[in-house]
Amino acid sequence: MIDTLYVGAIVVLLALGVFFTFVSAMGVLRLPDVYARAHTASQTDTLGAGLALAAVALALGWQQASVYTVLLLFFVFITNPTAAHAIARSAAEMGIEPWSGADGDPSSDGGAVPDGGEPIDERSSEPGHERETTEGSHGGDPR
Amino acid sequence: MIPLDINELFLVGAAIFVVLAIAMFYRAVAGPTTQDRLLAVNVLGTNTVVILALLAAGLDQPWFLDVALIYALLNFLMAIAISKFTVERGGVL
Repeated sequence: MIDTLYVGAIVVLLALGVFFTFVSAMGVLRLPDVYARAHTASQTDTLGAGLALAAVALALGWQQASVYTVLLLFFVFITNPTAAHAIARSAAEMGIEPWSGADGDPSSDGGAVPDGGEPIDERSSEPGHERETTEGSHGGDPR
Repeated sequence: MIPLDINELFLVGAAIFVVLAIAMFYRAVAGPTTQDRLLAVNVLGTNTVVILALLAAGLDQPWFLDVALIYALLNFLMAIAISKFTVERGGVL
């Protein structure tokens, strides 16, 4: 009885960890700008990692290694939102505009400045991108 | 009594986490800003820590947890350092 409960708790914790990490991965792949991605990376990924590490700590039982696992869990809980906050704040100080969400498809990165700081040329040919570029910029489109 | 082997369960979980970590490479390659790439690498590092912990339980080798702890430290230090160095004289934390 208690053994079934033990295995069931491990299975539930591991399944929830995989589920929340899946949600986090979909958020990082699909959300429109870097602030929304930092949001899903700070919260959902921390919860998924914490639940999976709790499953590991429960499976290892009372020994020295589970102390390491709980230490790792607390460390992930503290540092992962801090890192996402630092990344979002560096994005804000670089002057990246947040995605307004008024028009355009969510797959286009709204108002994002690429690495060099120049506007993105190859993305201006997409139909959902007219809100940043003027109409005249389509004349210089290489396509 | 229980037909389910708990070690194989952890190995299957680690395999799913590997697939989700590989999916982060799309954002690390195609992200339009530096912060997008940095965030993708940070999430990938967190997934790597979880994969190492799951392998420590699944393969029954507890010294993987030491590697996971050091990797979590280096992952946090990498995220803070690069986000500080992309901003000119920025106090990001």
